[in-house]
Amino acid sequence: MNERNDEKLRELLRSAVAAVADTELKQDLWPRMLRKLDEQTIRASWLDWALIALVSVWFFLFPEVIPAMLYHL
Amino acid sequence: MELLERFAQGELEAFETLFRQFQGEVFGWIIRIVRDPGVAEDLTVETFWRIYRSRSRFDPARSFGAWARRIATNAAIDYLKSVRPEVLLTENQAQVVPPNPGVQWDIRDRVEQAFTHLPAKLQVVARLALIEEQPYEEIAGALGISVGAVKSRVFRAVRLLRRKLKRLGVEP
Repeated sequence: MNERNDEKLRELLRSAVAAVADTELKQDLWPRMLRKLDEQTIRASWLDWALIALVSVWFFLFPEVIPAMLYHL
Repeated sequence: MELLERFAQGELEAFETLFRQFQGEVFGWIIRIVRDPGVAEDLTVETFWRIYRSRSRFDPARSFGAWARRIATNAAIDYLKSVRPEVLLTENQAQVVPPNPGVQWDIRDRVEQAFTHLPAKLQVVARLALIEEQPYEEIAGALGISVGAVKSRVFRAVRLLRRKLKRLGVEP
C-alpha cells in the first residue's frame, strides 16, 4: 500500500515538475572567473597590508616585544 | 608534468585548461539542482573559485571531474540554504520547459512550493533522484555519501513532500 502511494506521489512529482531540458552552458565563464580571481587577490593584499601596518604600529609602540617575537619565530 | 599536477601546484594556465574543459559539465550539474541559468552560472564560478582555493589539497591521482562535482553540489546546497523558499519558488517558475500540460498550474505550483520547503540536503537529493532521474550512484558520488544514504534521504524527502502536499490540499 505504502509502495503504491509512493509511486503515485513520484508520478505526480514527475508530471508536475519537468526535468531541466537545457543544461548547456551558453557562454564562456572564464572572463568572470578571472575577474573573481583578481578581486580576491586584491582583497587579500589589502588584508596583508593592514596586518603589516598593525604589527608595525605595535612594534613602534612596544619595541621591547621585538626580541621576544624574534625568539619565538 | 601532467596537467593535474601543474594545477595542484598552482599554475594558472593549468587551471584555465581545466576550467574550460569542465565548466559545461559543472554548470549542467548545478542547473539541475537550482533550475535557474543565471544562478547556475554564478555557482559555477563560485565552484571553480573553491576548487582553485583548495588546489593544494587535490590529489592528482584522483578524478578532477568527480571532485569538481562534489564541490559544485556543496556550493548549490549552500545556496539553497541561503535563500528563502519564496525566492526559490520564483526562480524555479522561470524554468524553460513547460511541465506536463495535463497537470493543472495550481497543482504544479503547490508541488514546487512543497519542494522549496524541503531542507536543502533533501531538496538536492529529491530533485536529482525524483525529477532529474539521475542514477543513485552519481548522486551518492556528488554528495560524498553511500547509495544507502541517498535512498534514505529520498525516502525522507518523499515522506515530507507527502505531508506538505497534504497540507496544501494535494493528495496523489
